[in-house]
Amino acid sequence: MSGLVVDVSKCRGCGRCVRACASQGIVIQQRLAQVTPNCIACGMCIDACPFDALSIVKDAVDTKSDANGVWVFAQYDSGALAAVTLELLGKARELADDSNTSLTALLAIDSEQECNEIAQKLIAHGADRVLICVDNRFANHTTNVFAAWICDMVNEYSPAILLIGATNFGRELAPCVAAQLRTGLTADCTVLAMDKETGLLHQTRPAFGGNLMATIMCPNHRPQMSTVRPGIFPPSEYCESRTGEIIHTKLRDSIEPNVTLLEKLPDDAGDSLLDDDTLVVVGRGIGSQKNLPLMQKFADLIHAGLGCSRPLVESGWLEYKHQVGQTGLAVAPKVLISIGVSGAIQHLAGIGSAETIIAINPDASAPIHSVATYSIKNDALEVVKELVEQLQP
Amino acid sequence: MRTLVCIKAVPSSTEVKMDPVTNTIIRDGKQSVVNPFDQAALEEAICIKEQLGGSIIVLSMGIPATEGLLRDCLSRGADRGILLSDRAFAGADTLATSYALSCALEQLRTANEFPSLIICGKMAVDGDTAQIGPELATTLGIPSIVNVEKVLAVSEEEITVRRITDLGREIVSCKLPALITVTKDIRIPRMPSIAGVRFGETGPVEVFGAQGVGADATRCGLNGSPTQVVRSFTPERTHEAITIEGTSSEQAAQLIDVLGGFGL
Repeated sequence: MSGLVVDVSKCRGCGRCVRACASQGIVIQQRLAQVTPNCIACGMCIDACPFDALSIVKDAVDTKSDANGVWVFAQYDSGALAAVTLELLGKARELADDSNTSLTALLAIDSEQECNEIAQKLIAHGADRVLICVDNRFANHTTNVFAAWICDMVNEYSPAILLIGATNFGRELAPCVAAQLRTGLTADCTVLAMDKETGLLHQTRPAFGGNLMATIMCPNHRPQMSTVRPGIFPPSEYCESRTGEIIHTKLRDSIEPNVTLLEKLPDDAGDSLLDDDTLVVVGRGIGSQKNLPLMQKFADLIHAGLGCSRPLVESGWLEYKHQVGQTGLAVAPKVLISIGVSGAIQHLAGIGSAETIIAINPDASAPIHSVATYSIKNDALEVVKELVEQLQP
Repeated sequence: MRTLVCIKAVPSSTEVKMDPVTNTIIRDGKQSVVNPFDQAALEEAICIKEQLGGSIIVLSMGIPATEGLLRDCLSRGADRGILLSDRAFAGADTLATSYALSCALEQLRTANEFPSLIICGKMAVDGDTAQIGPELATTLGIPSIVNVEKVLAVSEEEITVRRITDLGREIVSCKLPALITVTKDIRIPRMPSIAGVRFGETGPVEVFGAQGVGADATRCGLNGSPTQVVRSFTPERTHEAITIEGTSSEQAAQLIDVLGGFGL
C-alpha cells in the first residue's frame, strides 16, 4: 500500500506536521506522528518536518520504456507562430543537448502555402525534425482535432518529453492529450531542467498563486508533459544554416471538430489592465470610496491604468475588471504603484510579474513592502494628495 | 436539463499565510471553502435550472468533511451531492482525480442519469492547474469548451457560449453532453435562502469509496498518479526595498523623481 509513512527513528513528536496538515491526516500519539485515514498524501507535512521523518512511498510501477527525444508543439495562430513556441524551442534545445537526444517540433496547420516556410523557421530556431500535418480541420483550433493528431504521433514515435506553451489554447490542449495518453502533465512550468542522475525532467511550477514553488517529476510514464508559461524563457536564436528533416503526416479521417466556431470577436483593446505599462493599484488603505477620484486623478497624471485589490471589488467600489490578484487579473506592468494595499498572498500572486513595484502603506510590516522595489511607509492618502498637487501643471 | 458541477474544497483564502520559518503554508484555520471558480460554476448551473428546469448534481472528491461543502451547495440550489472519499483516492494528481470523477459519472451513465452539461470552474485557486475540466471531458469522451465567460444559449441538445482565447474572444457552440469550464466572473454566487439552508441540512449527499464507483484501484490516488512532487519551496525574494523617507511632501517629491526615471 502506498501512502505517507513516518520514520519512527527520526520523529520527535514536535507536532509541526499536525499544524501543516489541512485535512487532519496526521496526529501525535505517544509522542510520535501517526497517519490517520484522513491523509490525502498532499505532502504538506513532509515540507514542515524539520527531521526528515516523513515520506510518501509509492508502489513500484514497472513501465520501462525506450521513449526518446524532446518534442515541442508549435502553436500557430492566424498566420504566425505564437511567441511561446520560439521560447520553447530554445529551452527544449538545451534539454535535448543535455540528454544527448534530438528535438522535434510538431506543426499542425491548415494552410498548405505557408507550411514549408514555417517548418524551415522551426528548424532554423533549433528543431532537428518537424512533423507536419496540413489539414483544413485544424482551421478553427478545435482541441480534439489537435489532440487526436498529437496522440497518434506520440504513439508512433514515443518521445520522452512533450512541451506545450501554457497559452489559453495550450492549457486546454495539453490535458486532452495527457488524458488520452494516460500520462502525467505539469501545468504552467517556469523552470525546466534535466536531472543528471535519473535523466528525468524536473518540472518546477508555481502553486498557490506563486507563493509556493513545486518541483514535479513523471518517473514511470512517457512522454513527460509540461505546459510552459509564456515570457519566461528567452526565444531561441535564428540560425539560417541549420538543417533538419521534415516529415509530412496525416490526420485520421474519422476525426471531426467537436466544437463549432460561430464568430470571432475582436479583442476590446485598451479596456484591459493587461495592456498598461504603468498601473496604480489601490487597496483598503485609501480609506473610503470618496477617495477614489483622487486615485484616478493620480493615475491619469502618470498615464497609468487603475487596478484594485479584492476587498474593493467586494465592497462595490470598483468593477471586477479592475481586480488584480489570483482571482482577478495577473498583471505584468513595467511600473506598479501600490497604494494602501497590504499584500495578501493572493494579491501578490497577481503582481509578481511587475518589473518595479512601488509600495505606499503606513504599516511597515505589510507584506507588500517585502516585494517592493521602493517603499514609502506613510499614510497612503497623504502621499497621494501631495503627489497630485506636485504633479498638477 | 440535468447539469453536474464539479466542486473542489480549497483552503479558505483569507486564512492563507506563509510561515516565515518553515516556508510552508500555514493552514491553522483548517477551514475549507468551495473553490471560488466552482461557486461561479454552481451559480451558472442554478441560472440554467431556473431557465430550463431540471436538476443539479454537485460532485467532489475529498476528505469526509467535504460533505459539509456539498451541503452548502445544496443550500444554494443544487439538488443532490456525490462525494468520493476513500484512502485509495489520496495523493491523486490531475489524471487520477479526473479518472475518479469519471467513474462517478460512468455510474450515472449506467443509471441513465448522465448529465447533459458538466460545469467546472476554470481552475482551483490552490493548484492553478486548470487541467481537471479538459482531462475529465477527454476521459468521458465528450467535447469540452474552456474559459467560458458567458453562456449565450442552452438547450437539451446544444450549448452556445462566449469564451476567452489567445487572440480575443470567440462564440462557439457544441452538441451536448459536453463539459465547460467557466471564469470566476461568469456569475456572482447567491446566498442560500432559509428554505435552502434547511434543504442543505437534510438533502441527499451520497458518499462513495473507490469500489463504490467501480474504480480501478491502480488508476486512483497515489498509484494512479504519473506525477510526483519532488519538493516544494517558497520562492526567494532576493532584493531589499529602497525606503523613501521624509515628510509626505518630501516623499512625494522623491517618488516623482523615481517615476521620472521611468519616463512618467
